[in-house]
Amino acid sequence: MAFPHRHLLGIKSLSEHDIYYLLDRADEAVQISRREDKKTSTLRGRTQINLFFEASTRTQASFELAGKRLGADVMNMSVANSSVKKGETLVDTAMTLNAMRPDILIVRHSSAGAVALLSQKVGCAVVNAGDGAHEHPTQALLDALTIRRNKGRIGGLTVTICGDVLHSRVARSNILLLNAMGARVRVAAPSTLLPSGIAQMGVEVFHNMEEALEDADVVMMLRLQRERMDGAFVPSVREYFRYFGLDQQKLSRAKPDALVMHPGPMNRGVEIASDIADGPQSVIESQVEMGVAVRMAVMETLMLSGANQS
Amino acid sequence: MTRTILTNARIVDPSQNMDETGAVIIEDGKIAAIGATAANALPSEGDIQDVQGQLVIPGLIDTCVHIGEPGGEHRETIASASKAAAAGGVTGLIMMPDTSPVIDDVALVDFVQRAARDEAIVSIYPAAALTKGLDGEQMTEFGLLLDAGAKVLTNGRKTVKNTLVMRRAMTYARDFGAVIACATQDAYLSGGGVMNEGLFASWLGLPGIPREAEIIPLERDLRLAALTGARYHALKLSVPQSADAIRAAKAAGHAVTAGMSINHLTLNETDIGEYRTFFRLSPPLRTEDDRVAMVAAVADGTIDIISSAHDPQDVDTKRLPFADAENGAIGLETLLAAALRLHHSGDVPLARLIDAMSCRPAKVFGLPGGTLAPGSRADIAIVDPDYPWVLSKDDIVSRSKNTAFEDARFSGKVLQTLVAGATVYRA
Repeated sequence: MAFPHRHLLGIKSLSEHDIYYLLDRADEAVQISRREDKKTSTLRGRTQINLFFEASTRTQASFELAGKRLGADVMNMSVANSSVKKGETLVDTAMTLNAMRPDILIVRHSSAGAVALLSQKVGCAVVNAGDGAHEHPTQALLDALTIRRNKGRIGGLTVTICGDVLHSRVARSNILLLNAMGARVRVAAPSTLLPSGIAQMGVEVFHNMEEALEDADVVMMLRLQRERMDGAFVPSVREYFRYFGLDQQKLSRAKPDALVMHPGPMNRGVEIASDIADGPQSVIESQVEMGVAVRMAVMETLMLSGANQS
Repeated sequence: MTRTILTNARIVDPSQNMDETGAVIIEDGKIAAIGATAANALPSEGDIQDVQGQLVIPGLIDTCVHIGEPGGEHRETIASASKAAAAGGVTGLIMMPDTSPVIDDVALVDFVQRAARDEAIVSIYPAAALTKGLDGEQMTEFGLLLDAGAKVLTNGRKTVKNTLVMRRAMTYARDFGAVIACATQDAYLSGGGVMNEGLFASWLGLPGIPREAEIIPLERDLRLAALTGARYHALKLSVPQSADAIRAAKAAGHAVTAGMSINHLTLNETDIGEYRTFFRLSPPLRTEDDRVAMVAAVADGTIDIISSAHDPQDVDTKRLPFADAENGAIGLETLLAAALRLHHSGDVPLARLIDAMSCRPAKVFGLPGGTLAPGSRADIAIVDPDYPWVLSKDDIVSRSKNTAFEDARFSGKVLQTLVAGATVYRA
């Protein structure tokens, strides 16, 4: 079987082969998305439900567009008008949706593990679009695709992940994926924004960002949420930017052709200077394009070549 | 080049394990040569001062000094505190951040440094607030404050109540290698207490502060220091159970140090007598047994540092019923004289006392001074260790007069104080 998984719940369950498989399919999806006629019939007649318990604009739009380009019927359910607000449990919501016979569920939830729980209760494929601070597998895949298309490879590269690793599902998925692909992963953050045991997660830990960026091939910035920079985790925006914001001076320590990445939405002037975000090394917009392609590849693969094909 | 030569000096410098008679040669504000060898090779030119066998020691560094400026200049200014310091042989001091406004911003650290540069005759090192407004909730900008010149982070008189805030602050401070210095007193457990809890307080009818109010937050902090790897300094300890906790933390290899005030090493709760508010301190003066045990903890090095805990208060905050008065006593001028009581009583060797008031403070907080090694800044106190005198209120240099040693008899007096080779005080 080309892809032996029924769901995509995290990077952790993927082999190196699985990742290559998805990235190769995503490369093809990029071509489709660049055509004038972007519509295919791969998933015609299939029903995709985007179930977002946590607000999202970008990821939800990306999944919606991916589904539509594959020809699926896409329905969006966001928490604002869901019955969760009326007290229904997560599992009851899943059972109700399952009774409507969808073919694929795209789920985001603020609690780690919630998507896996839901996947056990439904009869269709489930894609984790982010569960708490646990995993965000399609983000890691789109980051990998962006790196591979720019650098030609992932193995052997030095990737520095900077910022709020503690609260970041993007960081966890990326650490897993980059390690699986043989990259050298560094993290740079104040200790208050690093999870306990980070040094055993397959990364080199730095508290000095300039040292962490020395000769890096890729710089991945993470978003720092506003409520975390008022003295609880870091003292202030200006201090955070001074020591951990990506500016020209810090970036000059990385390789001259280092890629600058950010999962969005950015806080300009907090974790990244505007001129860097808009600069020649930034591939932030390209990441968005790769996001649609990766999500097309994931859904197509789960529907057609995965364990859901019976 | 300017050259000053001190001859016939008994030099005691624990940083070099030195206790010998010799000379000190100062060139351009720095120690050029020292000891018996220097005495045998005196340069032909320079101002020669025969110190007639008196003690020459590295200038004291007082690690816990409250100053009224900014906001309480009627109690003490940076300039007046520096004069009091010079009179006590103190050549450098750490200024606590609990002023009004609180020193919790880069601009205020700058203010202190500028005022110190322009008006002070000894070195004044700003400590920065650990939390904004000392509210115990939000971290200050540690990195920017340290870069601006703050030497230590502290919440001053207040203990951070929120354990999570404390953990995060220690975690964050560790990245910068900063020392967090803390007074440890549980505000809830202290309740409305105003002196040591026990029989004496009960007879006086005053609410007491149990020793556990100090021990519990100290043990909490020591566990957090172990968890985070932060450098932690307990500012003001008073009971032997605290010293035991420090001893255990040090034995476990944690980056922990401890200090206490000279008041708690030379006075006890009975000095309060009939409600004398100058003896109302935080932590409160403890029992004689506690004092004796803490003196031993200083002697064996468990307690690294002795400070004055200088805390000027005016009549408006001290001429009040005991329970309504503020805590605190001045101490810069009497730090050394009071400490010499422990030398004369045979409880603490002279070298350990100088170590605790000069060498260790410099080491723990990364400050200049604390040594007379060649090349170091010539911060020096010349002391007659036996000179008998009585502290008269009229002789107090500090702007506030709330001393716990009024009319006290001392043996030992500072004769002269030099900062970077220049005399800033002469008795």
